[in-house]
Amino acid sequence: MDIPYTVETRPDTGLYNAKVGIWLFLASEVMLFGALFSSYILLRVGAPEGYWPRGWLNVPIGTVNTLVLITSSITTVMAWASLKMNQFGRFKVFHACTLLLAMTFVCIKSYEYHDKFTHYEITLKDGRFADGHMVANDPKADHVVISGRYVQDRKDLFDLEVRKAPHHHEELTIRRSEIAKMERYGPWHHTYLAIYFTLTGLHALHVIGGAIVIGFLWGPGSKLWKTDPERFTNRVEISGLFWHFVDLVWIFLFPVLYLI
Amino acid sequence: MTAQAQEDFTHHVRRYLYVFYALLFGTLITVGASYIPFGNHAFNIAVALVIACAKAFLVAGFFMHLISERKMIYGLLIFTACFFLGLMFLTLSAYADFPRMTVTH
Repeated sequence: MDIPYTVETRPDTGLYNAKVGIWLFLASEVMLFGALFSSYILLRVGAPEGYWPRGWLNVPIGTVNTLVLITSSITTVMAWASLKMNQFGRFKVFHACTLLLAMTFVCIKSYEYHDKFTHYEITLKDGRFADGHMVANDPKADHVVISGRYVQDRKDLFDLEVRKAPHHHEELTIRRSEIAKMERYGPWHHTYLAIYFTLTGLHALHVIGGAIVIGFLWGPGSKLWKTDPERFTNRVEISGLFWHFVDLVWIFLFPVLYLI
Repeated sequence: MTAQAQEDFTHHVRRYLYVFYALLFGTLITVGASYIPFGNHAFNIAVALVIACAKAFLVAGFFMHLISERKMIYGLLIFTACFFLGLMFLTLSAYADFPRMTVTH
């Protein structure tokens, strides 16, 4: 039995079924990300003055990633447009670009995550704080080495004001006996990082999921073009709608997490 | 595809490119505006969100074709928007009850 309305439109909706399906799915996605944005707002307004981090993320890297995702959106729509104009070769080129850009996005995000997981805040027994990236942490050695700085007040770690005055970082050797607590900048370190990893992690999973579908349509799934080109074009449109939604979410995530 | 339809579609493709340039420009404006001290941080937040909304309109309107979509999709999205606004209203009402100074870590 054939699946109905894969190409022709349903008389009551005026749409082919997959299009209604993807929009219903995207509606549920709006609520999913909406709930997380809502959590972000509550966490942010609940933080005492000066304790919500600013400047913890690298703005140039975030900007590049935004440009990468926007570029992948235009290559996706151009891939679909190429099929509409019966240019299968161009479709292949544009969708290959989308895949490469998706991988670039995930690689850059992984680099950012790695940067956070090698970043440590060390509370010293004398009341000071050392903050920076781990250089040497041999469990057998009686000391750790970080590239960072000392601060007296923990509040100084929250507003880095990197745009105004860059902090001078140097290699600090700290004896283990002087350390009261040592913690990475993981999701457990601060509510900002918890919501940052949750939002960007969920978004990255969407990017990976979308890339798998686009990869399928670019590779083995593209055989359908020979037998049923209209149905294949519709599949590309549906995957494109999902991809644009992923871009749309990032358009809000970028300023919210990196800039404001 | 007829020659006329092909020409119409080429027109659409050109429009996608203009939207793409606008999105690139919008991203640079967002970053640039975040460096400008408007005096009040709330104003910086408002500017960033307004630009983000404009960019979202371009993506949804042109790349996702919402500018010229069927009524069924509009109905679905209005329904979603109502629920989304309800969610944000719940957030606002929770804000009034939110114990101050509780999120320190």
